[in-house]
Amino acid sequence: MSEIFRIIVCIKQVPGTTEIKINPETNTLVREGVETIINPFDSYAIEEGVRIKERFVSTGSSADDIEVVALTMGPPQAESMLREAISLGADRAVLLSDRVFAGADTWATALTLKHAIKKFEKYNIIIFGKQTLDGDTGQVGPELAHMLHIPFIGYASSIEEIDNRKMTVKRLAEDRYETFEIRLPAAISVGKDINVPRVPSLRGKLRAKNEKIPVWSASELDMDENHAGLSGSYTQVIKIFTPKHLYEVKMMEGGPDEQVEELFGKLKEINVL
Amino acid sequence: MHYFLTEEQQMIVDICRQIVKERIIPARAELDEKGIFPKEIIDEIAKSDLFRLFVPEEYGGMGTGIFEVCLATEELSRGCLSVATTYAASGLGFIPIIVMGNEEQKQKYLPALAEGSKLAAFGLTEPEAGSDAAAIRTKAVKDGDFYILNGTKQWITNGGEADVYTIFAVTNPDKGARGVSALIVEKGTPGFEFGKKENKLGIRASATRELIFTDCRVPAENRLGSEGMGFITAMRTFDQSRPAVGAQGVGVAQAALEVALDYSKVRKQFGAAISSFQAIQHMLADMATQVEAARALVYHAAKVMDSGEKNVAKLSAMSKLFASDVAMKVTIDAIQILGGYGYMKEYPVEKMMRDAKITQIYEGTNQIQRNVIALELIKRGVF
Repeated sequence: MSEIFRIIVCIKQVPGTTEIKINPETNTLVREGVETIINPFDSYAIEEGVRIKERFVSTGSSADDIEVVALTMGPPQAESMLREAISLGADRAVLLSDRVFAGADTWATALTLKHAIKKFEKYNIIIFGKQTLDGDTGQVGPELAHMLHIPFIGYASSIEEIDNRKMTVKRLAEDRYETFEIRLPAAISVGKDINVPRVPSLRGKLRAKNEKIPVWSASELDMDENHAGLSGSYTQVIKIFTPKHLYEVKMMEGGPDEQVEELFGKLKEINVL
Repeated sequence: MHYFLTEEQQMIVDICRQIVKERIIPARAELDEKGIFPKEIIDEIAKSDLFRLFVPEEYGGMGTGIFEVCLATEELSRGCLSVATTYAASGLGFIPIIVMGNEEQKQKYLPALAEGSKLAAFGLTEPEAGSDAAAIRTKAVKDGDFYILNGTKQWITNGGEADVYTIFAVTNPDKGARGVSALIVEKGTPGFEFGKKENKLGIRASATRELIFTDCRVPAENRLGSEGMGFITAMRTFDQSRPAVGAQGVGVAQAALEVALDYSKVRKQFGAAISSFQAIQHMLADMATQVEAARALVYHAAKVMDSGEKNVAKLSAMSKLFASDVAMKVTIDAIQILGGYGYMKEYPVEKMMRDAKITQIYEGTNQIQRNVIALELIKRGVF
């Protein structure tokens, strides 16, 4: 492989599980001043990106020709998470940070990521965690792939084969395994079944400490501010609440005849029959 | 507690703690029970660059000191002494190459050992030569550009798992200790075979095997230093490695103390947590004081050695002696605090006690350490 093969891993910082607060006016998560972690599923995405690089290197490619880039959109504090990604094996990281990005829904987020990815002269694979712990939608990956007109395979559980033109991806559907061969560039999302993320290395940590992490703002992305953040969002969260359980489970007892009798009575009672 | 670690030293500690928490603690009981070599954990340790701590930068290492090796060893020992022993024993196996190897030998062997893609082992002990290391019988007879190696090494840590072995053999039987030479022998050399894996009291997941040499032809270029330098090589290696055995003692003692302290706060008897009883409080206080004293001695010995001081045999022996005795005492006391539960395999302290015992025996029994200390005292005085 003579030209660069670039793997972009999109990650997100999420609140450490216990202290989630919601801004009552915007109905978005309060992220400032809260301890953040790498979204757990994104750790698997970073690891898979690094493993793809190691696969190429083990089959004779030069490590300099394969680049793993960690990319995130977030507040300036997200830089520490990008350093963690470098200590885990990413070659470099880019932070997309600008006040106008705030309040973005999944569409505006995907659009911002698209502008950032277009700034790289080339990309081959984009990897996401299958969903985030906070938003939980799993939409950004497929939306971004759609915007870039590239194939997307969600919930990948293994990359069976890969070369610089295509890869074979296997995933577990509800009742079967599905295997896809897709051409590159392509995007995938991964869950916990794809790998076991490594512990950071000492050299990685030392490199992460000194690495300069560029910050790209809306103007650097050549992005119309009306398409970013809250103003570029098609959806807005109006209310977040814990659903009330409107159903109850009742176990019928007795012999089959009695149970059928009771069930029949109940169904009749609520006008189903 | 603040130990005035640099940022890099703190990184080493943090990496080890993550490995202990995520990889070692969930697996250690089963590895111990079944005597399974912790291959995956060792691979993780290698990927985290921890083997590089032993090795100078020009050979793929990190160029750090004995203190950093001690920090890593202590933390890994908090998780499982089998893992820490496997780690430290590879270092023991390749320290002779660092101490005595020529440029070609260093270039050939150290990069893979620093990377952890290969492990090393140290082959000195024989059935008839333990504390009396000069009594070894394994012979290396020169034959042109080769040595013909014959004999058996016993209880060799990493035996069978390691790729590179430093073997001590008699090259001149008339010269006693000065007739011993050190040879690098690679796994797979014809005439080099392994005995069965030993069934041990503790550190059961670590691999301990016999090494059997039968007319094994070893290239003469694999000799470390000149002929007859083997015994000096072994002693210099031990001077470098003993603080890490001390660090093993500190780590396993710390782990036992932590379990005992946590347990004492939740275990209720006579209507109160047993940590409220003075009998238990005094035990915990003594255990904590002993661990802290052992740690201070190990750290001090390591730092003195890293400063370039040459006469380190006494301090090095003291750190191993004291910390391993503390490990034995503290792990036994931890079982006492846990009572019947401590005696059960469902709790980790009985394993810690079984593991701790070896630190008083290997790399020179504590009786030999006292010999070293006394001889140095008599030769050089108190300071």
